[in-house]
Amino acid sequence: MSVDPAAVWEALNEVMDPELPVVSVVELGMVRGVTVDGDRVTVALTPTFAGCPAQAVMQAAVAERVRALGPAAVTVTLQLDPPWTTDWIADTAREKLRRVGLATPRPHGGLIQLALDEPAVCPYCGSTQTDLRSAFGPTLCRAIYYCRACRQGFELFKPL
Amino acid sequence: MTRAPHPALAAQLLALADDELILGHRDSEWCGHAPILEEDIAFANLAQDELGHAALWYELAEPLLGRTTDALIFWRGATDYRCAQLVTLPKGDWAHAMLRQFLFDAAEAVRLPRLAASAYAPLAERAAKVRTEELYHLRHTQAWVRRLGLGTAESHRRMQIALNTLWPYALQLFVPLPDEAALTAEGIVPDAAEVRAAWEALAGEALRGAGLAAPAGTAPAGLDRQTPGPHLPALLDEMQSVARLEGPEVGW
Repeated sequence: MSVDPAAVWEALNEVMDPELPVVSVVELGMVRGVTVDGDRVTVALTPTFAGCPAQAVMQAAVAERVRALGPAAVTVTLQLDPPWTTDWIADTAREKLRRVGLATPRPHGGLIQLALDEPAVCPYCGSTQTDLRSAFGPTLCRAIYYCRACRQGFELFKPL
Repeated sequence: MTRAPHPALAAQLLALADDELILGHRDSEWCGHAPILEEDIAFANLAQDELGHAALWYELAEPLLGRTTDALIFWRGATDYRCAQLVTLPKGDWAHAMLRQFLFDAAEAVRLPRLAASAYAPLAERAAKVRTEELYHLRHTQAWVRRLGLGTAESHRRMQIALNTLWPYALQLFVPLPDEAALTAEGIVPDAAEVRAAWEALAGEALRGAGLAAPAGTAPAGLDRQTPGPHLPALLDEMQSVARLEGPEVGW
């Protein structure tokens, strides 16, 4: 049966990042396109970090969720160009991530070197009196910070 | 339009992939053994990143070589690997591990932007993907090289020893592969001599800032990617052992 592209997007918005289960693949900016050709659906996904072990899980989850809409065939393609950037994280996702203690970097428009030196905003108190403790954290996409204002550790989604 | 891949391209991709894979494996050996918890986590992250980057290059090599990524990783012997001996060296002490990673990261920092301008689009887009992730590696290892180089007399001493050992091996990263000149002429890969000069400038400045002096010289004879060196077979024995117990039909 033919599927409405809007319904596909809606369904994809229910596929959560297994490492950050408060946000969907759509909100993270990972879905680069949805193509409906009769009863065939193609979803183009872009990986966040190349070595992210959640990628295969998300691809499978995307295919399974779209298949539930009833098309004859679902294809999930990987699109590397242009590379994913934290600029694509939706505002709704930024707020959800902040609420679970994960800061997101301001959009940098490709000036990644500048973004790396910008202070992280504490997700708990909003202060920029924060120090990078380690550029490497519990997953490839997170760095560990400490807020001197509220004396709380937190994580930052590394600018990419 | 994407140009048809040049026959020598597969060897280039394999060299890129094998370097990342084997260095990633060496990095993973620090998991549980680094001097502080943050570095334990950092090296586990570095390892995971390098494996991710290796996978990108293997995927591109798959159709050219007619072998899957799993087959290339788990069902190839040491003499068929094309990594530089730099990444095969045992993990050594902390100075050795940090300096090796730094020298490699600096090479990536100069090579990847040039590969991102490759005339072969699939190569260019993957290099563009990897280069921003690698920024984090270089910043991290460069800071550590400075910390250890300027730290105590003992940390400085160990760093200089590591540098004297590793520098000739690092130069192997810039030895052209067979038929590389044809790829360079077509704009598919950058000129190896130019990449090396840029690397020496970048690494040299950071090392001088850390109070360390790179030895003079060239890559020793016999260091080529056709010779696996004495350390790779044991590494592969360990890395491939589980896959080989299961058999080639199992996917990883």
